[in-house]
Amino acid sequence: MNASAGEPPALLAQSLRKSFRRAEQAAPVAALDGVSLRAHHGELTALVGPDGAGKTTLMRLAAGLLRADGGTLQVLGIDVAGEPQQVQDRISYMPQRFGLYEDLSVAENLDLYADLHGVGADERAERYPALMAMTALAPFRTRLAGQLSGGMKQKLGLACTLVRSPQLLLLDEPTVGVDPLSRRELWDIVRRLVAEQGLTVLLSTAYLDEAERCGRVILLHQGQVLFEGAPQQVADRAMGRSFTAVPAPGQPARMLQARLLDQPDIIDAVPDGARVRFVRAAAAPAGDDSLRNLDAAAVPPRFEDGFMLLLRSHAEGGRSASISVSRPIAHTREAVVSVQQLVRRFGAFVAVDRITFDVRRGEIFGLLGPNGAGKTTTFRMLCGLLAPSDGALFVAGADVRSAPASARARLGYVAQKFSLYGPLSVQENLEFFASAYGLRGDGKRERIAWALRQFELGAQARTTSAQLPAGFQQRLAMAAALLHEPEILFLDEPTSGADPLARRAFWRRITALAEQGVTVIVTTHFMQEAEYCDRVAIMDAGQVLAQGSPAEVRELARTDATPEPSMEDAFIAVVEQARARSRAAGSVPGEQHTQAAPR
Amino acid sequence: MTAPASGSSSGAWRAKWRRVRALVLKEAHQVVRDPSSIAIGVVLPVILILLFGYGLSLDVKNVPLAVVIEQATPEAIDLEAGFALSPYFRPRITQAMPPAQLLLLEHRVDGIVRIPADFSRHVSSGDAVLQLIVHGGDANRARIIEGYVQGVVADWSARQSAAGQPGASATVNVQSRLWFNEADNSSYFLVPGLVVLVMTLIGALLTAMVMAREWERGTLEALLVTPVRSEEILLGKTLPYFLLALIGFALCVLASQFLFHVPLRGSLWVLLGASMLYVLVALGIGLLISSWVKNQLVASQLTMLATFMPAFMLSGFLFDLRSMPIVVRLITYALPARYYVALLQSVFLAGDVWTVIVPNTLALAAMAAGLALASRAAMSKSLE
Repeated sequence: MNASAGEPPALLAQSLRKSFRRAEQAAPVAALDGVSLRAHHGELTALVGPDGAGKTTLMRLAAGLLRADGGTLQVLGIDVAGEPQQVQDRISYMPQRFGLYEDLSVAENLDLYADLHGVGADERAERYPALMAMTALAPFRTRLAGQLSGGMKQKLGLACTLVRSPQLLLLDEPTVGVDPLSRRELWDIVRRLVAEQGLTVLLSTAYLDEAERCGRVILLHQGQVLFEGAPQQVADRAMGRSFTAVPAPGQPARMLQARLLDQPDIIDAVPDGARVRFVRAAAAPAGDDSLRNLDAAAVPPRFEDGFMLLLRSHAEGGRSASISVSRPIAHTREAVVSVQQLVRRFGAFVAVDRITFDVRRGEIFGLLGPNGAGKTTTFRMLCGLLAPSDGALFVAGADVRSAPASARARLGYVAQKFSLYGPLSVQENLEFFASAYGLRGDGKRERIAWALRQFELGAQARTTSAQLPAGFQQRLAMAAALLHEPEILFLDEPTSGADPLARRAFWRRITALAEQGVTVIVTTHFMQEAEYCDRVAIMDAGQVLAQGSPAEVRELARTDATPEPSMEDAFIAVVEQARARSRAAGSVPGEQHTQAAPR
Repeated sequence: MTAPASGSSSGAWRAKWRRVRALVLKEAHQVVRDPSSIAIGVVLPVILILLFGYGLSLDVKNVPLAVVIEQATPEAIDLEAGFALSPYFRPRITQAMPPAQLLLLEHRVDGIVRIPADFSRHVSSGDAVLQLIVHGGDANRARIIEGYVQGVVADWSARQSAAGQPGASATVNVQSRLWFNEADNSSYFLVPGLVVLVMTLIGALLTAMVMAREWERGTLEALLVTPVRSEEILLGKTLPYFLLALIGFALCVLASQFLFHVPLRGSLWVLLGASMLYVLVALGIGLLISSWVKNQLVASQLTMLATFMPAFMLSGFLFDLRSMPIVVRLITYALPARYYVALLQSVFLAGDVWTVIVPNTLALAAMAAGLALASRAAMSKSLE
């Protein structure tokens, strides 16, 4: 196929508008508000932007699943509104939650999509081996899709959309909730397809490092295009404004970060390895010495810096997201959570296998691990929701096995999935949970007012929880878990699927809580976020593979080739080494970690 | 660039057929592996057959009855023996009214027969009076009990006359004759009706649920963005559950013939044809409901409310349509189950009565066609 000058772009939108009517509000909410953009053939184009920017709406419009209110949208030169089926015959689309048929096997799912796309027997014989090799799913052909791990499900979803060569591949947040290992594998697949077969891909993502690797990015914000072009152009906007600073010895990076964020001329600050990376609002004038008391150095800007700069010029919020508890807890440094040789079995399957760790008061402790490593099972045991099969477990000084109720009153838990009552309003949810924790009268009113204020939910108090955007739901869930002023807070993948702004606001609150003596135990798939932790433990197949401060863990991956490994490098190295060892010891690769714990 | 076949060439039809076959195959795998489909499609019909065939009975037998014998004369004792020997009653004897009334209040008996102290004296003078009080909670049952009591009394007086005694309480001649159900066996009546319930469950409930499940799990979103057409998705859902419903139908018919020995007086072909039409109607309702309601729980409740409950209560399967108030009776004309029950009862118990078969079949056919068109219109390849 020749990309001649006269050929239309793979996707061309002009003043595209789409709004949705919500039950509560009289006026419809604009998801796309006059969007004009294009994606080119043979290129990888990324859609980035905060929650509610309109990324999924744009994907669904391009797939012919929604009808635009105004403007035009051409996909492969075809008007989608007029001929949706013509477009659907040519493209492949992977929705955010790819609906695999969970009671069909891997091979049956593939066959179904091959039949629907009219892929003949010859073509299958040629394509299936390639897809299987690419996704490493060959050993699991007969396994039911419902029994695959999260990362493998995503890979199977991708394989199903690739049973034929689409003229355009639409991927809606393909890496959400996927662990770093699987994420890297998925990206390898997509990039190889673009490079080797000239596939045209449009994908949306919350990971800015993914966007950086695309040929072209489109930044959406509140239904409008803020930027369209090469990722390098975004990074260039932060030219001369990006710096890294080294925290004082013995001080966690997050303290320096919090201090930097409080300075009005600093737009963004995030931990970056052992340092803190920050972006200033304007390039420093000559002779500027405002950074003199900092051990700071100018660095080349990256995509994320420019992205934050662009967004900050359009959106406020998230910056002042600090928090203060009414009763700061004295820092006593004693272990408030103590886990010794903890085991949990589900039948013959060992979900958690003799893990041991301590968490001290006021610490942020991160549990990292691939999907199905046993993190959620560990959390449930710590919260007294699940009885351990063996081992000892002390939370807030109490043995969870004998006194779960008294221990539970001193901890807060935010589950992976939004687990508040969707049909209740924000206020009603908070009132219910306050009562459930035994708060009454003035105390209850005070705590609810505190929660609405600290989590900036006042304006949404009467909104039905189910209709809140994901970021607000997450804040509400955290507010509910903090109503009874717990000493220990458990957060299970709190930032999965959250946009960069929401994640920063979230970590500011967590950092502030830890400053005030609250102990935080958290799981995450964002390895960058592990830098906020005082200590981390990497789990796989139910076992703790490594633990220590982020610096100590990063050190494990130091080689001559990677003198300064990132947390992600360290994570991948630790997990792969452990898997290689267990392979050598004779267990089936990937067998253990694919069994998710029963929900 | 390969142009996808969109003309009416044979290649397009072959592609179409292949997509439908893939969807049917997928559905079949799911039915076999999903316990809830098996439960609704196979286990439930079997339970219903056993329950309706053996457990549930509309026959009135072994009625607990208080017999008040105020004075133990030979006549009174003889009359009581008549109740005791009857298969329809289980009498409990008391000497006075108050304990019997208490039994009735507690609903431990269904009625009271009071044989007054002066009964024997009045028998000889020919103006004997028996007092009968029946629990009226279930009017139909009450009326049947009343009839049976009169029957026992008539029997007794006949025996008395035969024994040379003068006519007792005025000779009651209860002449009871039931059409079609001479044996008064309710399984004759219930088992054909059971077919309606099974077909409704599989056709409407199961179909609405599996479709809503596709929306809920997000499987349909990926499916829609393929060359598959809306009518192919509908066909892919219709075919497997049509077959499953026919299996349920076969189970019911076999049970009716070999387990409960219900006569089949009409022809099997009429029965099969009518049933296929009814399954199509039920499928249409199920698909239509699930195109509005994309949540399994709501879809199943709505389907129960819209199809199963009316099929149970308002189809003439349990309760006689003619004894319903006019408003309710008018509502029943909108229910497909009504026509199907009329067909079933005719074919099973009366034979091929064409004046019944033709109008009811036409009504079902019209409904099936209307629903097919409506679900085709409601099923758009869009998330809105």
